[in-house]
Amino acid sequence: MADRQLAPDTPELRARWSSFAWSQDNARQAKIIVARYPDGRQRSAVMPLLDLAQRQVGAETNTQGWLPIPVMEYVAKELDMPAIRVVEVATFYFMYNLVPVGKFHVQVCGTTPCMLRGSDDIMAACKKRGMRIGHVSDDGLWTLTEVECMGNCATAPMVQINDGNYEDLTVERLDAVLDALAAGGSPKEGTQEPGRHTSEPSGGPSSLKEMVKANHDYRGEW
Amino acid sequence: MSLQDKDRIFTNLYGYQPWTLAAARKRGDWDDTKALMARGQDAIIDEMKASGLRGRGGAGFPTGLKWSFMPKESKDGRPSFLVINADESEPGSCKDREILRHDPHKLIEGALLAGYAIRARAAYIYVRGEYIREAEVLFAAVQEAYDAGLIGKNACKSGYDFDVFVHRGAGAYICGEETAMIESLEGKKGQPRLKPPFPAGAGLYGCPTTVNNVESIAVAPTILRRGASWFSSFGAEGNKGTKLFQISGHVAKPCVVEEAMSIPFRELIEKHCGGITGGWDNLLAVIPGGSSVPLVPAAEIIDCAMDFDGLKAVGSGLGTAAIIVMDKSTDIVRAISRLSYFYKHESCGQCTPCREGTGWMWRVMERLRTGDAEVEEIDMLQQVTKQVEGHTICALGDAAAWPIQGLIKHFRPELERRIGERVREAAE
Repeated sequence: MADRQLAPDTPELRARWSSFAWSQDNARQAKIIVARYPDGRQRSAVMPLLDLAQRQVGAETNTQGWLPIPVMEYVAKELDMPAIRVVEVATFYFMYNLVPVGKFHVQVCGTTPCMLRGSDDIMAACKKRGMRIGHVSDDGLWTLTEVECMGNCATAPMVQINDGNYEDLTVERLDAVLDALAAGGSPKEGTQEPGRHTSEPSGGPSSLKEMVKANHDYRGEW
Repeated sequence: MSLQDKDRIFTNLYGYQPWTLAAARKRGDWDDTKALMARGQDAIIDEMKASGLRGRGGAGFPTGLKWSFMPKESKDGRPSFLVINADESEPGSCKDREILRHDPHKLIEGALLAGYAIRARAAYIYVRGEYIREAEVLFAAVQEAYDAGLIGKNACKSGYDFDVFVHRGAGAYICGEETAMIESLEGKKGQPRLKPPFPAGAGLYGCPTTVNNVESIAVAPTILRRGASWFSSFGAEGNKGTKLFQISGHVAKPCVVEEAMSIPFRELIEKHCGGITGGWDNLLAVIPGGSSVPLVPAAEIIDCAMDFDGLKAVGSGLGTAAIIVMDKSTDIVRAISRLSYFYKHESCGQCTPCREGTGWMWRVMERLRTGDAEVEEIDMLQQVTKQVEGHTICALGDAAAWPIQGLIKHFRPELERRIGERVREAAE
């Protein structure tokens, strides 16, 4: 199991977050989410609502966001379920941040397929820039986490930073992405290898070549 | 004979063309789906059975047979559900991601056909939380299908009502296990349930449920259009069809590619991946089906047929067809130890042998990596893996045990060498 701990439930935390409530947009979004599940099964919406709450906290703090206890209690109330059941979910799933993170949450995949393609260098490059695992950097920009397989193995190594994946990394390509983010830009997501589109063999696909240029319909050849 | 482009199901695999409904229709998706449904539920299931399709999520259970376990009518008013497993988290696996972001309409059409065949009221597609952009595409594609009347009330004007919902996970490998997925969908920790009851009897919300992998569902419309005999013309007996292979690690060009089942390993790598880094003599070992299956040494894998039975014969498995290639520069003990860390991290903590065992096995693996161990501990580790394997509710315990067993079976001399060197260094 992953080692995870809740942020201490202090009076300061309560003072900051006990007034948490959905923004207008998110209140609308929350209704749409709950409607996906059968009547009386609104508890199924706990995961998407926690995600929504984390994003709202992120927007309010200019970070990726996290889940203070009072925010979890708010979600529990919204779904009419005991707060402890929400806390259980929040602590079980790795993508819910239980402590504050930086503006950019740099998640380096370190599982074997990425390791074979050089994720050690990627991790080292992040550390060289002053990032530390589980800490927010002094400028508030970065939090570093080593994550488990992100399912980008054919374009390894990779990092996920907030909602975007950056794949086929080298130290130079990573530095370029991080520099661009720090400067307020939005670097291209996906593979960072020049000329590569997605997960086709580098240098051009070995199959389905017609698809590169046009939306080919193969049915005529059946 | 190698697979031709016209026989590839996922023609937009690499996303050169848009994923949208209009573009997908030009490629043949949603083409008179109503007529496919008009064949009737039993005919659809029979066609799927005849195609020989085995589940693409790893276990390889025949898909048509699984569908046939669902009740034909509800005697007590409970609805049935289809749950589609898009929680792709097995290290090495990256195929469902391509379907979700580049060919989502194949999945949605498959959901309707499968849901109709098993008489389900709705489908929930459970997408792993980390697939953020992929889920965005899927949400949009589902909305397109609703707007076009392809799903929802009177889906495709068939008279059948069928909803498709997308549910995002939040970072837990274990939710790929079908009953953990159901727990998670119900808003709980994703801890697997004891079976029986099986999901076909009591699954999501206690209702009959079938859980299928994304690829299994997404190939269904093409199988129904082109016929079972077309699909079963590929691959060896008992291993039919085409398959998305994902090749990562030490090959010149890692990629995802659709090929015929039973393609020999060497042909797959030569044709699509530009060979092994440093040439074939430089190949050390291969993990052929995602991290959970035992590794296979170079000599045994090179001419092996990449299918369920071929890989079983060399003591491993096809799993998700996620092929992790390791050349001779690999620290093989570290490669496996890193997987042990993965299983320690992802154990849900419910069963003691797994919760305690995965951490223990990882710690011993780390000592074996540096040689800081006794030779007897290799056997002790082997025994402990046997005590974890088969003694847990779900297969995560087995999955944690098998890579280590594979390492000990094939690389014991390497483990002993490291211990020996350490001892010699200490003596000097």
